[in-house]
Amino acid sequence: MLSEYFSAVDFLLLKPAILLTIFGIGVMLTDLLLDERQKYFNAVTALVGIGFAAVQMLRIQSQMREAGVSEVEAFRGAIVLDGLGIFFIWLFLISTAITILISFRYLEIENEHHGEYYAILLFATVGMIFLAIGMDLITLFVGLELMVLSIYILAGFLRGDRRSNEAAMKYLLLGAFSSGILLYGMSLLYGMSNSTNLRVIGSALSQRPLGDPLVIMAVVTIAAGLFFKIGAVPFHQWLPDVYEGAPHSVAAFMSVGPKVAAFALLLRLFLVPLGELREQWEPLLIGVAVATMTLGNLAAISQSNIKRMLGYSAISHVGYILLGLVAGNETGLKGIVIYLLVYVFMNLGIFTVVVAMRRRDLVGDEINDMAGLMHKSPVMAILSLIFLLSLAGIPPTAGFLGKYFIFLSLLETGHYTLAVIAVLYVAVAIYYYFRIVVVMFMQPPADQELPSMSLGIRCALGVTAAMTLFMGLYPEPFIQLATGPVLAILR
Amino acid sequence: MVLHDFFFYILAAIILGGGILTITRRNAVHSAIFLVMTLIGVAGLFLHLQAEFLAAVQVFLYVGGITVLFLFVIMLVNLDEAAKQRQFNRQWGLALGCVLLLVAEVGYFLYQGRDSFSFAESSGVLLQNNTQAIAMSLYGDYLLPFEIASLLLLVAIIGAVVMAKKQI
Amino acid sequence: MVPLSYYLILAAILFVIGVAGFLFKRNIVTIFMSVELMLNAVNLTFVSLSYSLRQLDGQIFVFFVMVVAAAEATIGLAIIITVFRNRESLNVDRIDLMKL
Repeated sequence: MLSEYFSAVDFLLLKPAILLTIFGIGVMLTDLLLDERQKYFNAVTALVGIGFAAVQMLRIQSQMREAGVSEVEAFRGAIVLDGLGIFFIWLFLISTAITILISFRYLEIENEHHGEYYAILLFATVGMIFLAIGMDLITLFVGLELMVLSIYILAGFLRGDRRSNEAAMKYLLLGAFSSGILLYGMSLLYGMSNSTNLRVIGSALSQRPLGDPLVIMAVVTIAAGLFFKIGAVPFHQWLPDVYEGAPHSVAAFMSVGPKVAAFALLLRLFLVPLGELREQWEPLLIGVAVATMTLGNLAAISQSNIKRMLGYSAISHVGYILLGLVAGNETGLKGIVIYLLVYVFMNLGIFTVVVAMRRRDLVGDEINDMAGLMHKSPVMAILSLIFLLSLAGIPPTAGFLGKYFIFLSLLETGHYTLAVIAVLYVAVAIYYYFRIVVVMFMQPPADQELPSMSLGIRCALGVTAAMTLFMGLYPEPFIQLATGPVLAILR
Repeated sequence: MVLHDFFFYILAAIILGGGILTITRRNAVHSAIFLVMTLIGVAGLFLHLQAEFLAAVQVFLYVGGITVLFLFVIMLVNLDEAAKQRQFNRQWGLALGCVLLLVAEVGYFLYQGRDSFSFAESSGVLLQNNTQAIAMSLYGDYLLPFEIASLLLLVAIIGAVVMAKKQI
Repeated sequence: MVPLSYYLILAAILFVIGVAGFLFKRNIVTIFMSVELMLNAVNLTFVSLSYSLRQLDGQIFVFFVMVVAAAEATIGLAIIITVFRNRESLNVDRIDLMKL
């Protein structure tokens, strides 16, 4: 096993991915032995797999601390595990774990409770891990495709539901298209630098003259491909449709895991190979960020379907995060990191409430389905209030923390107009988030069915609400947590 | 060498002709056949560029695998209805605008960047025994993406079964 | 000797043909074929750059792009079969259950 091709370091860094793969295959195999009522056992196996992967991450981190290194390279430079990579891997493990928790009751109701769901979810996580730690174009591409293919399948998992089929098809076609564009940009990067390693590409590109047309074309195509993946304007069209059509738990996962992973890829590509070319892509990024915030916030106002509204709200959050990249200084990157951390918890929280709305006869994704939640389940209503406050960015919830650092970084780098625009849109956002609060608290309930509160949903709500409040009330340790990865990438 | 150039032009004509015909045919089966023509043209160009292994894989995989899959699916779904419909979708005006813009941009950039196509220095290694060299590189430098690709294929198989099977 | 730029321009034109097909056509299967055209254009770019740089990395990348294209075609066609099973049309103008 240990030879010149596969050393001990390679094996060490690969262990979390190997464990997730083994457990994914294990879920599929044990699924064959289970009958209908025991299918929740698949969720247990998957969670155990994530637990093992998490323990392995802790061991890697402690070994890195003992050896005193801040980043580890493996597979002849194909992957690099630095602070940012570790941070993203933890985010992925957490989002997958919470998604598994909220999925099993939901899938039982939908009558599509198959073991393949959990297996594909774990394989998607493996893809996301390689997106976070890849330092080579080929590794990043294959990891990206692994993640994205898994999500296509999951988006179409409700095979009898036309909206789910449509969502999967739209997502696949547009995803394949954007992968093609991204690949074209990668081919130009390869041609200009004679290598597929991001660092080598970075140094080769920095030696090219300013305004080199090939560099511009590479930047534009890569940016276009990436903007599709994160749902930035003008490539956001697929997002509300896919969120609306996909199963609720998959929509929850899509809004956190793959989005954060796509951002990890975006950060990696924009900061390492294209890092020196800031003047080329900054104006483009500013335009896209403003357009994204605008469209996300304005379109969310008129939605009646809560998943579409959350889709547009996710688009608006993408706009804010891109502003952090525009600022680009240490505070800006810290803001991006904190925003992503906070975003995972608050988005999963509100989507868990949506999943709980799925009951025997009701699909539960219209905003009016949540009417009178205060009377039916006061706990859920209050937790939803916390999540919505956090999404709007109101202190003392966690959402405020992310926005605070982004706005601070904009002011520090002199983008005053952008900061003003962003703050104005926060006001707009408060309107459409509070519309839901009003429906929940002030309207009489439309029916008497209680939301489905399985053990998993209770755990998920507890964890996400606790983190949302805790990070808002006591932000210091999390700010410290974010500084490490940022310094690693800025070096 | 004149013969070398001659083959390039022939293959280029095949590729572009096949491409344009693929997207302009009303009948999906015709489109598939012209796609095969393009794919074989690309395989020919790979041979022309001394990438023999890739030429073989292109024919096996794209022509022999993917196109056959396409034809199966085209046959499985209702063809007659599709043939009677209008061919281009409703938003063709916007699409035309986008494509013209794209052509203009690509043309401009390729024209401007003509001279910078002398890229980074070649390392001077001759591509002898292409398959062996690819194998050394694939299992040496690129072992990790190779392993991830195997997982990707597993996901594809699961996905195909989950999506297409009536009762799982 | 045909200069490198000719190969790259050929690939670029094929790429634009693929994009045009993707944007213009209505039949889902044909749209998917246009994506395959785009990926082939990218493969051609990689191989021609690899030839001119006398390096193999481009060809390895093409290998992986082919693998990914095959996997995507598999899943895409399976989804198309599912879409067709639940409705009788393959026309993208009719697939509009979810509107703005």
